[in-house]
Amino acid sequence: MSATEYNAFVLYILAFPVSEGIMRKQLTMLFPVVAIFASAVAGAAESDADHYGIPQVKFINEQTLSAWTESGLQPSPSATEGEWCRRVHLDLIGRIPNVKELHQFLSDSSPTKRADLVSRLLGDDYLDEYARHWTDVWTTVLIGRDVTNERVNRPGMRQYLRRAFSKNLPYDRLMEDLVTAMGANANRKEIEGFNGATNFLSGKMEEMGVENGVQATAKTAQIFLGLQVQCTQCHNHPFNKGKQNQFWELNAFFRQTRALRRFDGSKDSQWFELVDEDFAGEGGNPEEAELYYELRNGLMKVAYPVFVDGTEVPKSGYLPAKMDDGTAYGVHRRKELAQLIKASPFFSKAIANRMWGHFFGYGFTKPVDDLGEHNPPSHPELLDGLAERFREQSFDLKELARWLVLSKPYAVSSRTTAGNLRDDPALGEKPKFTHFYLRQMQAEELYESLLTATEADEAARGEEAAKKKDAWLSQFIIAFGTDEGDDATTFNGSIPQVLMMFNGELVKSAVSTGKGGFLDKVASSSINDGNKIDTLYMAALARKPSSSELSMANRMVAARKGDMVGALQDVWWAVLNSNEFIIKH
Amino acid sequence: MARFIDVPDGMSRRHFMNHMAGAAALAAPATAFTNSILANATDMKKRHKAAIMLWMGGGPSSMDIWDLKPGAPTGGPFKQISTSADGVAICEHMPLMAKQMHHMAIVRSMSTREADHMRGRYYMHTGYVPNPNVEHPSYGAVISHELADQVPNLEIPPFVSVGGGSVGPGFLGMTWSPFVVDSNGNVRNLEMGVDPARLAQRMEMLATIEKRFIGERRGASADDHAKVLDKTVKLMTSPQMDAFKVMKEPKDIQEKYGASGFGRGCLMARRLVEAGVPFVEVDLGGWDNHANIFPTLQDQKLPMLDQAMSALVADLADRGMLDDTVVMWMGEFSRTPNINGGGGRDHWARSWSVVVGGGGFKRGVVVGETSSDGKEVVSEAYSSQDLMASVLKSLGVSLETTFTAKNGRPMKIANSGKVIKELFA
Repeated sequence: MSATEYNAFVLYILAFPVSEGIMRKQLTMLFPVVAIFASAVAGAAESDADHYGIPQVKFINEQTLSAWTESGLQPSPSATEGEWCRRVHLDLIGRIPNVKELHQFLSDSSPTKRADLVSRLLGDDYLDEYARHWTDVWTTVLIGRDVTNERVNRPGMRQYLRRAFSKNLPYDRLMEDLVTAMGANANRKEIEGFNGATNFLSGKMEEMGVENGVQATAKTAQIFLGLQVQCTQCHNHPFNKGKQNQFWELNAFFRQTRALRRFDGSKDSQWFELVDEDFAGEGGNPEEAELYYELRNGLMKVAYPVFVDGTEVPKSGYLPAKMDDGTAYGVHRRKELAQLIKASPFFSKAIANRMWGHFFGYGFTKPVDDLGEHNPPSHPELLDGLAERFREQSFDLKELARWLVLSKPYAVSSRTTAGNLRDDPALGEKPKFTHFYLRQMQAEELYESLLTATEADEAARGEEAAKKKDAWLSQFIIAFGTDEGDDATTFNGSIPQVLMMFNGELVKSAVSTGKGGFLDKVASSSINDGNKIDTLYMAALARKPSSSELSMANRMVAARKGDMVGALQDVWWAVLNSNEFIIKH
Repeated sequence: MARFIDVPDGMSRRHFMNHMAGAAALAAPATAFTNSILANATDMKKRHKAAIMLWMGGGPSSMDIWDLKPGAPTGGPFKQISTSADGVAICEHMPLMAKQMHHMAIVRSMSTREADHMRGRYYMHTGYVPNPNVEHPSYGAVISHELADQVPNLEIPPFVSVGGGSVGPGFLGMTWSPFVVDSNGNVRNLEMGVDPARLAQRMEMLATIEKRFIGERRGASADDHAKVLDKTVKLMTSPQMDAFKVMKEPKDIQEKYGASGFGRGCLMARRLVEAGVPFVEVDLGGWDNHANIFPTLQDQKLPMLDQAMSALVADLADRGMLDDTVVMWMGEFSRTPNINGGGGRDHWARSWSVVVGGGGFKRGVVVGETSSDGKEVVSEAYSSQDLMASVLKSLGVSLETTFTAKNGRPMKIANSGKVIKELFA
């Protein structure tokens, strides 16, 4: 009996825990006996329909199931179709479904309706929205939320990312573009050689007047390899194997690179250009261009480019060129680095973990970008297996997303049961994903969802809209006053967020009763009052109101004495302010 | 509706609360909710304990401020000056603080291990090193949680962070998270925009949805959301919000604190503590001086710090609040004794200083000592948890307090840190 069959059988048994009267532990001891029954029931528990014929989905289901079995936890029942539909819209395209999309999905009776919806959301119809959402996600990953770094051009960063996600650029190419980018970071008429990808590094090459690429080193390792090397800048790491030389040897890859301030006096504008130049080395010998770093005892040590796994590249500081006799010399250090990153197993593991964290609320490690040995993952085989399969799939991000959202653990309800109450990563347990973990929408997702819910989304696209959104987002940013540009958001469920939802301009316009607006349209439509309330609930919560909610809503209608749009406004305000609206569930 | 909030006599508030009584509170018992709002604001004048943390984001070089090593190769160019505390000398660029040092104590024997910004922030705010499996409550959450009962009529958040994000409440839950404001005291989106009766009806509708979702046992964040809704309604209608309006302070007092954001933040901290807030953090960033540290400190950071911090200490002392209010100054770590090639200092946690004062602390003393080059603590070394235990003791919070983390594990307050005995008489 394969592990899958065994697991499937256990799940089948666990569905009838009382009547079978078999304790899980006994069951485990009964393993050989169980085998006979297993093949008989396995088909019932795990069929092709459960993984849509996609082997990677099957793999995820098997792996999570075996973790459930081992820990004696039972998964929650499936989420409702409306909940699942809302989830998959939020996670794939960054907003809730509109009423039409919801109805289309709910009224579809095809057994492959879920896979079909995912294909639609990952397909041409939603290309712009998909690109916008992942541009939001990756802008935050790559350059944070702080808008004050003058060396970073956010529109430039976004332009690059939007293009990359629009054509589903493979993840290895995305990384290469960002790590090896050269050119101007801003896209304006007077500027030649625009390359928005430069914005990943343009703000990370210099601190307080010292050009040393320290932040470039730390963030490249953290984001693309899941390795936290920043501590080892100054000393050997006390807890893990990180050594100070590793930091500076990685840093050496960035020493041909400079972020130059460019200025157009006639237009009174400035920008930054990322360039690679021959690096003479701190000892003045470009053939072996070294850098020096300081040990804790004050002694200086030399470093050449060496990757985290010990792979060395030639020590030359010259960029590739040919001598008069045709002999090639030199090395492009960042290009070498990108190739080494691509080949590293940490590269695919880091992205698998990050994507899992995106769709499930928790990664296999916490934080998602720390895969160091001191921080073992909750599901090592699943992480490794996903990473390998992603690499085999040519780093196709849409495929990885598809596998995750079509998996079993993504489909379970967020309602806990007695059998999985203790699976709560907030309690310090490693996540087992037996139920969908609640999490708040990101500020960007809330913004887009409000536009969708009020059918204001069509009018709000393009760069102007993006600027408006940025201005709105900036109210939540807190900077920490460090050189590393660390920041956080007050859009975290605390009072400022609730005040914004209660009284802010965005919500005010979402609940406006103006002519031709969403509430006006619902109020003046020919459907009956109950259906009007239904429409509001479907639009915001992807479900119909309960009977007590409906009677409360009717009291609001009565209180407004015939002012239907006013009554709908009150209900709508309440719905938008609810936990159920803002929490992904 | 803006006027509604500004009306000081409480009549409109009472009117509003009559409407709200129908909606009831979402999470707290309805009676407690309305009673607290109707209560007499003069009760607030009662004595209560509080703490103000001055957080120096980036990691300030304490050996250039509080523990100078003039003449040592690591010492830098600054000279030291004597202060109002016997035998205590500090940096020449802190002349105003020098006149207040008889109120304060310097702990020169901090020795920690976290020299990464985010880890250091977390460790110094919580007394615990970051752990992927549990989030620990920060000073603000612990102190406001422990001291909440002393000001039952407080309608504004008990944990306020001015000009920075502080560190969150961890397992104590969202209701103890920092209320983050800028140093001008502007709180966004405070104005309701609908009349109170209508807001009350809306809240009733909202409560129905909110409770249904909570009843479905989907996890703590659904419940937390409702609690924060409650707190927000309270705050929106409270005259205590006046404490944030730092510009209402007399001009001469504003001038004492300085025109900087940090100065306004310190002044706001005093106003908030007066209003009954048990914990305020005021952030001043920009201490991550990897390059050109000395001109940066001399021309920018120290004058601003000196003016605001000295004004705060003097003001608290003048008003008789210092005996009940702890003031503490620290960052996530300090900076290397060695001066690097760029004329800066890098991250350093092994030997450094913090400053505390007020509350039950002994005044005008120096605790501990570092070696002549500043690289080692040569007396008994103290940790973040020791400092936290000492601050709690000086506020009268029992160190026997044990929290139950969400996983049921008992967690001793301040991570069982040992009290720094030299700080107490």
